[in-house]
Amino acid sequence: MGTRASAPRAPATISTRVDKVGLRPKVTRAIRAFVVVILTVLILLPVVWMVMTSLKSPSDVVAVPPKIIFEPSIESFIFLVTERVQFPTRQEADEFRARDDLKWYEEKVAERGQKITRVGDFPKQLRNSFIIAGTSTIFSVLFGVLSAYAFSRFRIPGEGDLLFFILSTRMLPPVAVTIPIFLMYRELGLDNTYFGLILLYTTFNLSFSVWLLKGFIDEIPKEYEEAALVDGYTRLQAFRKVVLPQAVTGIAATTVFCFIFAWNEYAFAAMLTSDATRTAPPSIPSIQGVGRIEWETIAAASLVFLMPVVIVTFALRKHLLRGVTFGAIRKG
Amino acid sequence: MSSYSQPARRRHLGDKRLIQMFIIPTVVLLILMNVFPLIYSLYLSFTEYSAINPTPPQWVGLDNYKKVLSDNLYWHNFAVTGRYALISVSLQMIVGFGLAMLLKEKFKGSGLLTTLILVPMMLSPAVVGAFWKNIFNPSFGIFDQFLGYSDPNTAPEWLGDPDLALWAVVIVDVWMWSPFVMLLSLAGLSAIPDYLYEAAAIDRASAWFQFRRITLPQVMPLLLIAVLFRTIEAFKQFDLVMGLTGGGPSLLQGTQAVNVTETVSVKLFRLAMPPQAQTGLSSAMAYVVLVIIIAISNLYIRALNKVREG
Repeated sequence: MGTRASAPRAPATISTRVDKVGLRPKVTRAIRAFVVVILTVLILLPVVWMVMTSLKSPSDVVAVPPKIIFEPSIESFIFLVTERVQFPTRQEADEFRARDDLKWYEEKVAERGQKITRVGDFPKQLRNSFIIAGTSTIFSVLFGVLSAYAFSRFRIPGEGDLLFFILSTRMLPPVAVTIPIFLMYRELGLDNTYFGLILLYTTFNLSFSVWLLKGFIDEIPKEYEEAALVDGYTRLQAFRKVVLPQAVTGIAATTVFCFIFAWNEYAFAAMLTSDATRTAPPSIPSIQGVGRIEWETIAAASLVFLMPVVIVTFALRKHLLRGVTFGAIRKG
Repeated sequence: MSSYSQPARRRHLGDKRLIQMFIIPTVVLLILMNVFPLIYSLYLSFTEYSAINPTPPQWVGLDNYKKVLSDNLYWHNFAVTGRYALISVSLQMIVGFGLAMLLKEKFKGSGLLTTLILVPMMLSPAVVGAFWKNIFNPSFGIFDQFLGYSDPNTAPEWLGDPDLALWAVVIVDVWMWSPFVMLLSLAGLSAIPDYLYEAAAIDRASAWFQFRRITLPQVMPLLLIAVLFRTIEAFKQFDLVMGLTGGGPSLLQGTQAVNVTETVSVKLFRLAMPPQAQTGLSSAMAYVVLVIIIAISNLYIRALNKVREG
């Protein structure tokens, strides 16, 4: 599934295309740029709306028609990290508000007639997401880089079949393996443990990591290692001191991709985790407000959860094409 | 002489052990976590078994498969998935390829815009689904406002109306994944050699002719890869539906109530998990889905090879 490599071209200072002469191309380019800007704004609108919603006060969130201009508030983020109860009567709420030992965030919440009872679940879920996605990423990249190196540099019997097998495991619908894994985990006591989910995500990302890294390592000239071997390095030393430093970009890109996949994963997390180890993706859709759906809290949670990925997408832009096609297509 | 050959042989042996050491963890993990579960569920698919019952699996032969393939209730889920895959993938191809055509020739800031457009596909579908619920809300969401419905009473209720709910899923899916098609199309378009267009321009070929005879055939292989990836993903569709509609709303079809956005993956999950926990039946259904996905992949890979050769 490779693509035609385009031959390197000398930088042309003037266009040689006959159809590019004249004023018209300039105008059409301006029009095209304008259309693309409009479309980009449209595509990003839902994300912008999410940011806006997270900064709205509870009454502005459900305003009809939706408010474009509003007074920003950070209540949603207080809601997000706290567990609250509603005061049963107005009087009790007023009495509570009258106290002067309240912290600023307690006061904010008290204005809504609520009292903070404890720290919310979201920080813990976010931490779980970090632990599980982070650890599994380390392992999938570690095993991935070892296998990728072996596949790239040595002739292995049945290599093609083995590589195809590795790829095919990723094409499986996760639902096809969820049932037996659920039973297996229950039998082994691995459900609702960090280890269980880490093991699952490591495997889940491994096929991807092998394929992507193999592509990167294939591009490192063999001669470098051969020179090192001649200089008396062992194969392992050559791998560590010559190949790994050369593959740093590829390893970094693979790491980030694996992390995003594990970070975003929903099906297994929904099935195999509950309170103690639950990650953020299955939790956010089921955020329950106090007495109503707290849209601003859901927006704040989504924003906090999605921001790292948005930032990373920019860091990864050169490798995106490669990443989302399993390294099958290299040109971006 | 011998002093030279000795270390050489040792290094060769070392290589062999190194390969084993390097590959074994990967293969073992994949067998343990993928191959074994698949064999296990193949066995379960021939049994009557519920994970929440202490009764051990009872061999029932092909009964589960017969049920999945003959019961209208399950056909409904396959029909939903098929319809959703067809509409969603077609729209993604049109929108994604259209975007790529616009971005094909670079202009100032086009790199930044391309990256911005790619943001949706990196996000978590479950979380995205949850938030689009707000966007689709007829009274305080922006979607209906955007379409010009200012009165919440007459505005379409995207997630509650059985006629519209699947379209809502399609809209979000197209929003998320058209950028993927765009990315692949851009790769294909940038690989087309300039001289083809130059030759066409000298021959005074029309823009439409250039598009049909040069652009389209040249990017076809990559477009097919995009279709393959997206179709397989559509059959795996789960997170987004769970976050957005949870499979609902339900509609009375004849005497049975069916959930209009319940894709096969969602149905499978429901069937497998407590309280239903029909482990045997859901394993059979999982295998039917698996066979469909393998068949589709094969079909496309064949088409792909044909395009490449031609």
